[in-house]
Formats: sequence, C-alpha cells, structure tokens
Amino acid sequence: MTNNPDNSSNSTINGLTSQESPATKITVRKLNLYYGDNHALHNIDMDLYKNKITALIGPSGCGKSTFLRCLNRMNELINGVKVDGDVIIDGKNIYDKDVDEVSVRKRVGMVFQQPNPFPKSIYDNVSYAPLKHGIVKKGQICDELVEKSLLQAGLWDEVKDKLTQPGTSLSGGQQQRLCIARTIAVEPDVILMDEPTSALDPLSTEKIETLMLDLKEKYAIITVTHNMQQAGRVADYTAFFHMGDLIEYADTETIFINPGKKKTEDYITGRYG
Amino acid sequence: MKNINNTNNNKNLSDNPFYDPSLTQRHKSARRFKIFTITCIAFALSFLVFFLGDMITKGLPAFQQSYMQIDVTYNDQTIASTRKAIDKKYRRIVSRAWLRNIPKMVQESPELMATTQSTWVLVNHQVDQYMKDHYYKIKNKELKIIEDMKAQGKIQLQFNSIFFTQGDSKIPENSGLKSSIIGSILTLLVTMVVAFPMGVMTAVYLEEFADDNRWTQFIEVNINNLAAIPSILFGLLGLAVFINLFGMPRSSPLVGGLTLALMTLPIIIVSSRAALRSVPDSIRQAGYGLGLTKVQVVQDHVIPLAFPGIMTGSIIGLAQAMGETAPLIIIGMIAFIPDSPGSIFEAATVMPAQIFTWAGMPERAYVERTAAGIMVLLSILISLNALAIILRKKFEVKW
Amino acid sequence: MKAFESKKRHNEIKEQLIKVCLITAASISILTTFGVLFSIIFEAIEFFQMRSFWYFISGTEWSPGVADSKFGALPIFSGTFIITLIAMAVALPIGLGSAIFMSEYASPKLRSKLKPLLEILAGIPTVVYGFFAAITVAPFIVNFFSMLGIQASFNSALASGIVMGIMIIPVISSLSDDVIRAVPDSQRKASLALGMTMSETIKHIVLPSALPGIISATILGISKALGETMIVVMAAGLRPNLSWNILEDMTTVTVRIVDALVGDHEFDSPDTLSAFALGLVLFIVTLILNVISVALIRKFKEKYKINTL
Repeated sequence: MTNNPDNSSNSTINGLTSQESPATKITVRKLNLYYGDNHALHNIDMDLYKNKITALIGPSGCGKSTFLRCLNRMNELINGVKVDGDVIIDGKNIYDKDVDEVSVRKRVGMVFQQPNPFPKSIYDNVSYAPLKHGIVKKGQICDELVEKSLLQAGLWDEVKDKLTQPGTSLSGGQQQRLCIARTIAVEPDVILMDEPTSALDPLSTEKIETLMLDLKEKYAIITVTHNMQQAGRVADYTAFFHMGDLIEYADTETIFINPGKKKTEDYITGRYG
Repeated sequence: MKNINNTNNNKNLSDNPFYDPSLTQRHKSARRFKIFTITCIAFALSFLVFFLGDMITKGLPAFQQSYMQIDVTYNDQTIASTRKAIDKKYRRIVSRAWLRNIPKMVQESPELMATTQSTWVLVNHQVDQYMKDHYYKIKNKELKIIEDMKAQGKIQLQFNSIFFTQGDSKIPENSGLKSSIIGSILTLLVTMVVAFPMGVMTAVYLEEFADDNRWTQFIEVNINNLAAIPSILFGLLGLAVFINLFGMPRSSPLVGGLTLALMTLPIIIVSSRAALRSVPDSIRQAGYGLGLTKVQVVQDHVIPLAFPGIMTGSIIGLAQAMGETAPLIIIGMIAFIPDSPGSIFEAATVMPAQIFTWAGMPERAYVERTAAGIMVLLSILISLNALAIILRKKFEVKW
Repeated sequence: MKAFESKKRHNEIKEQLIKVCLITAASISILTTFGVLFSIIFEAIEFFQMRSFWYFISGTEWSPGVADSKFGALPIFSGTFIITLIAMAVALPIGLGSAIFMSEYASPKLRSKLKPLLEILAGIPTVVYGFFAAITVAPFIVNFFSMLGIQASFNSALASGIVMGIMIIPVISSLSDDVIRAVPDSQRKASLALGMTMSETIKHIVLPSALPGIISATILGISKALGETMIVVMAAGLRPNLSWNILEDMTTVTVRIVDALVGDHEFDSPDTLSAFALGLVLFIVTLILNVISVALIRKFKEKYKINTL
C-alpha cells in the first residue's frame, strides 16, 4: 500500500502541483477535530511522503500543532477531544478500533518544542524505550543501539565520555538532539517535530536543521515551524494552515515563490502572523 | 480493549501494520496497575463509609432512653428514703439516679407532696440495654415484670434529653455531655483568645515587615518544626511549665486552652501568611502612592482583604484543637467532672476526653454513649469545616 | 511646620511600637519550641541523675512503681517501632496508590471531589480512631485469628497499627498527590510519545521524579505514627513486650508517657520523670525526621523550580 488510492482527486483538492510522485507514507482524509464544541480542524485532506521533510506553517492557533498530534494520536491525552476522519499509515487507518495507540506512537516518534530529557542519565534516556519495547536486551546490543542513535543524532562525540551524567546537564541544543536520539532509538518510520528549534539559539538550530536533512534519508519527517526561513531551508513540502483549514499544500518552492492563494501570499510576505 | 488479540480476525491482523503481540502483556500490566490505584482509593473511601456507618449504628440508640410508667408516692417518708417511693418489685428496675432526684423534684414543685402520681420514670441501664436488644444482665424475676410492662406499653424508649442536660456520671443512664461541652467551649475560648492575635501578628510580621535575615529564617524553621512536634509533647510542656512552674490550676480550661493555643499557632500562622500573600502588591503600592505609612497600608488595606482567608485558617485550627485529646490527658483534663465548670480556673473536661473516659468504662451502656458522643463531636467538627469552606467560597477573590 | 514635624514623630513612635509588638509575637513561636525542649530536657536530666542513661536505652525491663523499679526502654521502643511499621505498611501503598489515581487517572472534577473526602480521614480526632480500634477492629482481629486457630490479644499491635495506618493515609496521599502533579507534563508526553503505556510512564518516569517528595511524605507519616497517642492508649497494651509477634499486646513510648503522668504519683519520683525521658527521645527523633523531610521537599522544589508546595 505505498501508492495513493486517489491521487488524482487529491492533487486538485490540495493544490499539490508536484510533477514527481514520491512514495506516500501517510494519507489524511476528511480529518476533523473538536475540542469540546470548538471545531479546531476542518476536513483536512493531505498526503505526506517518505524521505521528505514536510513543514507545517501558519499563524498561532491555526491548528498546525493539533494536526501534528493527530498523526500519532497524542491528542487523545487531552480531555474532551474528538477526532473523526482517516489517518492512513501504511494502508491502515490509525484511528481504526483494532489499532493500538501505543503501537502507533512507537512507529511515529515525536520531538517537542521544549527539550524534555528525562531526569535520568544520557544512556538511560536513549535506552529507556527500546528496553521497555523489548527491541533490545540489556548488554552489548543495547550499548550498540545507544551509540548508533546518538551517532545518528550527531551527539555521540560530545557525550561519549559522560553517558552516565544526567541528560538535564546538557545544553539546550544538546538536550534536543538527545531527545531526537531517544526517538530514533525506537526505530520509528515517521518523526514528528513540534517547533523543535524555537527554544534554541541559532547555532544549535543550525545543527538540528542539518540533522533533519540527514534523517530524511531514513524517515518521513513532519515539522511544525514558526520560522519561515527554516521551512525554506529544510522542507521539501510546505503546508499552510489558517484557522483550522489547510489553505495550501505544495512543494516548498511553489509556496514561497508562487503561492496559489492570496492568504498564503499575505502570510508569507508577513502581512499577518 | 484497544488491542486486538482474537484469533478469529486473523485476516485483519496480516494487513494491520500496527499489530504488536508483545503489547498485549504490557496493556494487561497497565490495566492491573490502574486497578490497583482504584482499589487503593476505594479502600480508603469505603473505610470512611464503614467507619461512619459503624459509629452511627452504635451511637444512634443512645439518643433514646427507656422510661417506665409507674406509681410514685411523694411524702416525708419517701423523701427521707427515696427507694420507698416506688413499689418494692420495681426497685431493681428503676434508676438510682432518678430516685435520688425525688427530693429535688418535690422542692421544685411542692404540689407533688403527699400525692401518688403515675409517672414516667427513668429505668436503669441494664433494662435500657434490654429494651434496645443489646446484651443485658437482669434476673428472671425482674425480666418477667419488664416483659409484662412492655406488653402493656408502660415501658418505652423516649428521647434522651439527659444526654445533653447532664454532666458525667458513674451511673450510665444518668450521664451526659453537658459538662464536657461547656469545658470544651471554655478551653477553646482561651485557645482562640491567645492563638488568634498571636498567630495573625506573627504572620503579618513575617509577611509584611520582616527582612529576609537569619532571625526571620530561624523563626520560619521554628514554626515549621512546631507544627511537627507530636501533640503529646505539648502536654509535657503544659505540665512542666504552666502547672509546675507557673502554678496554674491543674485540669483547668486555662491550662488546657494555653496548651492547645501553642499547638494551633502554626496552623493559624501558615494560613494567615497564605492569605496575606494572596493580596496583590498593587494594593500596597496604591496605598504608598497615597502617602500612607507601611503600618497604615497593612492595617487598613492588606489585613481587611486577607481577613476571610485568615478566618478560614483559624476555624480549621479551632476544629483541630477541638478534637485534640492527648495533651489534655497529660494536664489532667480527664478527671471525673459531673458538674459544669463555672470558670476557666475550675477543673473541667472536654468532649474528646469525655469520649475517652466513657470508652474505658466497663458497663456496656457506655459504648453507645461513647459512639453518640463521637457523633456529636464529629457533627460539630464537620460544621466548623463546612463553615470554613463556605467562608472561603464566599469571599474568594480572583486577582 | 513644627506641628507637622511633631505629628510625624508621634506617628513614628506608634509605628515602631506596632513593629515591636509584631516581632514579640513572632518570637513566641521560638519561645514555645524552646519551652517544649527545655521543659522536657530539665525533667529528663533529673531522671537520668537518678537512673542510668545506658540502661534506659539498652535495658529490656521496664518496671516502674515497684521498690526495685527498672527503666529499660528497649521493649517500649521495639513496640513503637513495630506498630509504626504496621501503620506504614497500610498507609504507604494505599496512600500512594490513591495519590497516583487522583493525579494521573482521575479527571480534575473527580479529583476535586476525592481529595477533600480523603482529607476527612485526617480531620477525624484520634480519640475516635482509638475507640474504633478498640471496639471494632481489635475484636474482629481476635475472632478472625481464632477461626484460624491462632490466639490474638485484644490489645494486639496489629489492631492499633492498622487503624493508625488508615489515619496516616491522607498524610501520604495529599502530599504525594501534590508532588506527583508537580512533575512537568512534558515528561509524561515524552514518554507516551515513545510508545510507553500510561502505567509504564508513571512507574518509570513520574514516580522516580517525584521520589524525594514521596519519601518526604513517608517520613512525615512515620513521624506522625511515632507521636500518635490516643489510638495506642486505647487499643494497644501497657505491657512492655520485646517480641516480633504482632498479634501480641505491645506498648509504645506515648502510652508509657500517658501512663506515667496520669494518676497520683509524686512528681519528683523516677516513675513520673521517666515520661520526660521518653518524651525527650520522641522529641529528638521526630525533630530529625521533620528536618530530613523538609530538606527533601526543598530539593524537589529546586529541581523543578516550584513554589506552590
């Protein structure tokens, strides 16, 4: 189930004008979300691709983070949230009754806005989830996984001599890369990032961005960002959200240079935000 | 059950990329853990229900007392020897306490003199327990009389006013809470007169005036420790300092009140400080802006705004002092006090101490009185706490 | 101009006076703590002048009121220790479980109802618990064990320990609930996003973070159990009993203090003064426990930069 079942209709709905047809990882259809009486996401249709970075942009409260959380069912942790519609990953709607949300989160990792390492050692931060999931057993294999994950996250050289120190002792940027390493260690297919650099300084931000470009070789990455330049630098595709609607979704170049909708253009050029 | 684990939908399993058999076990353990926490809180709450139910079923009978309708003769001879006022066969049934009261009754209503009246007479506790289907010890001869009277409706349960109008007594059917209620009121009066102003003043000083120096920190650590000292040690203080050193009267509400005041102090200080802290700084700055001095600002603006919070904390402190027993035992407030104390210098007992004394009595009739005393005490404590909550709700200001 | 100045001075005097009053009131609390300490210490010293301190803390025979009275408090300490242990075995799991339910599983609305209900347990006077222990729990235990063919005392350590544990549940649950709720939500989200179940997140992430606070609550509970008087006076025994059998009667420090001071003894006799020696031990132990508890909570607050606890 790698091909998109209704690709043709989709491109007209979303205005996705890409000529090439990358492999679809996630297919979102008619996704609606309600916070109690508040209708927060309206009928979102969207395809998200393997080995690509998709950036979600839009003004605060537009629903981009809410949408992101729909992709690994984190919204269910909030009281009074109701989701309907389909989010199909690898041919299976993750909101189907026979899908376990824990298993979804295992395959769809998430990195948060504020670096939130556990108050444990660097080693334990990375090994915690794989051990619990039974991916590895304690011992050499676990050590190797920790090293591999930290290497991938570009943190290994900085921490290899202090793996037993608490994760909270690292700098902000290092903490965020530790969180990414922790996510990779579970071996997900998709990584969601919720404004991963907004709490970081420019230098750390650059490192994370480079890392994102490396990681897309293996994963589908979906990131929420407030930073237009960042979307321009790293994203292959960009989606513009406004008031719970997906206004426009296309490859990044199109969105930034030749947007199809007036609202998108106004936002990109900074008329509101 | 969000996870699938049935074999009959194998077809779906094969195309469900999220199927993970290892999760079944983990979800089971998660469920067990949640059930464990629910069990814990359910146990705590069911204990509360069981406990209150137990007290009520044990205590309710005490609000009724058995009386018997018989002829009572009032004349000089019966006043001199009160047991002759009633028929001989009733002597083991009627309460000694009631008979002892005959001369007083005649004194109060002289028209009774030289008459024989059919009167509802208090019976002794064994008969009362028999009437309530509790354990009793009555001889067969009397039992027969009682059963006859019962069939005629001449012996019945009536509202037990003695429980509220009499003090303690060695005769179970004649004992009541009155002297201990008055003792409690006097003791708590002393407590509040001392603890309230001192607590509020300490809180005002610490919150509004104190600089953050070593002395202030020392005071704060002290208040914290004071709250953690076991209550019985305050009793040792009361005994050693108030009674032995200052020579205050033992068993008196004065000593009891002072001892409880020291215990209540930390509660009042902590809650008053919280109340003062919740008054926003803008109020103080507005006061300074008008050229008021610090004392004026605190006195005229901050304290009035914090007052409901201070009251709430004080009432809760009062409720706690009211239920305290251990230190009062040490300073001798468990003495046998049949008459209500007239001043804070006389020997007195308090409600929890009365409950303690009754709980230690061998007669079965005291069990229901103890439980009834507990019901009265708990109702007062619940009312006080409810009052505190109402006060807080009513004056709650969101800044 | 002059009138203005003198008025100001008058005000200043008044202000200073009020401040002095306030400082005096604040100092009373210190006076009280030291009052408790010294009143106990002086009498205790008097006791130890008459009796050996060493035998007091290591002797196994406590027999006041006889000609050759002995004051070895070891069996009293052991009884206190065992009853406290039983109380904590009841209070810690139930209190912590309740706290976890309230803070992690219950909706805010349910929690706001449950917490005050649990705190009713803390508001019940201890004399009431004592009556309940003596009149309901103790006979139940005797009957229950006699059905199993085991003989239990009506003053068993088990009965007073269990009831004391119930009394301490809200001490543990209330503080633990506050501490668990203070663990930042980002920690929970991070763990859940890694595909952990709720209970795994609680056990491996939330509880370890809240541990200092939970230990602090536990210590507070222990300190409360050690100093609890009425329950043991009414439901535990008077006999100093150096034994591990929780179905036997045992006595505690507080029971012996009450026993030594109630009744007409001469104040200067070692019988009476022994109460102060026991009181001194109780004071020192609870004070140390309180200091540790406060330090742990402070550590927790600094870690997560919380001021609301």
